Amino acid sequence: MKSKFHPDKNGYFGQFGGAFIPELLHPNVKELEDNYIQIIESKEFQDEYKSLLKDFVGRPTPLYLAKTLSEKYGAHIYLKREDLCHTGAHKVNNTVGQILIAKKLGKTKIIAETGAGQHGVATATVCALMGLDCTVFMGEKDIVRQAPNVARMKMLGAKIVPATSGSKTLKDATNEAIRYWIQNPETFYLIGSVVGPHPHPDMVARLQAIISEEMKWQLKEKTGKEDPDTIIACVGGGSNAAGAFYHYFDDEDVELIAVEAAGLGVNSGESAATSQLGEVGIIHGSKTILMQDDYGQIVEPYSISAGLDYPGVGPLHAYLYESGRAKFMNATDKEALAAGFELTKLEGIIPALETAHALAVLPKIDFKKDQVVVINLSGRGDKDLETFIQHLED
Amino acid sequence: MNSIQKIFEQKDENLLSIYFTCGYPELNDTNKVIKTLEANNVDFIEVGLPYSDPLADGPTIQDSSQQALKNGINLDIVFEQLMEIKETNKTPLVLMGYLNQMLKYGEDKFCKKVVECGIDTLIIPDLPMVEFENHYQQLFDKYGLTNVFLITPHTSEERIHKIDNYTNAFIYVVASASITGAKGEISNQQIAYFERIKAMKLKSKLIIGFGISDSKTFTTACSYANGAIIGSAFIKSLKSTGVSGIGNFISGIR
Repeated sequence: MKSKFHPDKNGYFGQFGGAFIPELLHPNVKELEDNYIQIIESKEFQDEYKSLLKDFVGRPTPLYLAKTLSEKYGAHIYLKREDLCHTGAHKVNNTVGQILIAKKLGKTKIIAETGAGQHGVATATVCALMGLDCTVFMGEKDIVRQAPNVARMKMLGAKIVPATSGSKTLKDATNEAIRYWIQNPETFYLIGSVVGPHPHPDMVARLQAIISEEMKWQLKEKTGKEDPDTIIACVGGGSNAAGAFYHYFDDEDVELIAVEAAGLGVNSGESAATSQLGEVGIIHGSKTILMQDDYGQIVEPYSISAGLDYPGVGPLHAYLYESGRAKFMNATDKEALAAGFELTKLEGIIPALETAHALAVLPKIDFKKDQVVVINLSGRGDKDLETFIQHLED
Repeated sequence: MNSIQKIFEQKDENLLSIYFTCGYPELNDTNKVIKTLEANNVDFIEVGLPYSDPLADGPTIQDSSQQALKNGINLDIVFEQLMEIKETNKTPLVLMGYLNQMLKYGEDKFCKKVVECGIDTLIIPDLPMVEFENHYQQLFDKYGLTNVFLITPHTSEERIHKIDNYTNAFIYVVASASITGAKGEISNQQIAYFERIKAMKLKSKLIIGFGISDSKTFTTACSYANGAIIGSAFIKSLKSTGVSGIGNFISGIR
């Protein structure tokens, strides 16, 4: 069924989206636009995609009732365990799907950008699986703070190219990937989030929609109802949130909460809370909400979490925000760290720092009795151990 | 007739255009660069608006943009600087910037300021044709502005004809599938592409850019088009010899 939260024929979600790309990229984007839906909806693709999700990724991921957390916050809190996916995060759902699309389009060279490294690892993994050449662009700063994932990518055979411009983080890695793509139009740009020019946001959302598809039947099994009262997910670009919200866009009774990284505080000057600080603008080929100065220069974001350190959100999220369909909250570095430690202690699960932001809003919500809440546990925290350890004493 | 069309009326071969970044190397160098380029008989000048995230630009122009932003340049200062030389400058200026700058500044306000500065031609590399057709064509028409479209070796013939119909200045022929910056010599493959475009006998004038860096590449480009734009090589020269080295740089090209 067509939802108003699906893009129109030009790739717009309300006023957001589109494909604001240099002419140099037009043929690549057009080729994908002309083919992606047909490929994704084909039986051949679906059979191969679902088979890999089951046997390679390890889906369905469990929907786990976090009893201690539920007792503490007075709600029925379920965790959608994307951290149990192969490679440690939801990112692999998308890379498995896109690598199949790339193969159908006859592409042999893959490029990707990464912030926290989870998308880079997931891309390197599927490239190894399919025997395709892989180049990953990563901000110089992120290469240092996400060293374990850099090592994993290298072991998987990927070439890592440091982005040395700007803030040396995800935004700049994406710029460098796009510039490389311009110069190497034969490559397939395996984008990691619901960002970029149309059709990338829609394609990635469709591939992550497996999360909410599973949530529906798993909730039915556990609670007798397919719909939770609330779904909470963190948002950088927004791919895990898009996947967790996808099948609930039109169920207005389901509250959707997107959590952004406030860094040192929304108004501290060191933040990545885009919906609070941003305005309509164009970044990486789409019109969205974006942190920028009075002259349209993109402002460097900040977050302790490399995956949320992005000055925009995907255009779908900009529309969810503007339309009021999703409630946007935020959590500071400190709150996210505390939430990460809390989940570890209460449930024996070390979450990724990105995911910890979603958990960090629990103390800020006044839950009703018997409220059913699903938190998309987008990734595991192995890659962030060093950061967590640095703050153990705090 | 816009300022670029007037240039083509007088001369339609070997046109030399130079790209430079406003506010570079120093904040107040914008007009010094324009005046010196004019004194050296450059045919038209591409005035670059520094941007934090210029997707189509290579490292040299990116660095010049970063430096100009560090120098404190912004759109208001650019427009003030350009207003100062409006009366004395006779060389047509083409303004090049990214769409987000225009969007944030206010599309109407931006266009109005551009026209006030005596400029009638824009290059916005991330403005796609579909957006131009749906929205910007009307806006630009309102202000008498012309948008220059880029074509690349991968642009389809059908699309090139469409662009030809939208063009009141020139078609910017991107020399290779690349971002800006010198690539060395022009390859046989590029020449085949230039010949293909020339053979299409388009109504619009053709200016080749991206990778044109010296006398040899300029001369080669001019044998297939009406002229060429030099950007990164000029920025490199500005970096090493400053405004005083402009004369030598231009005399080395033609």
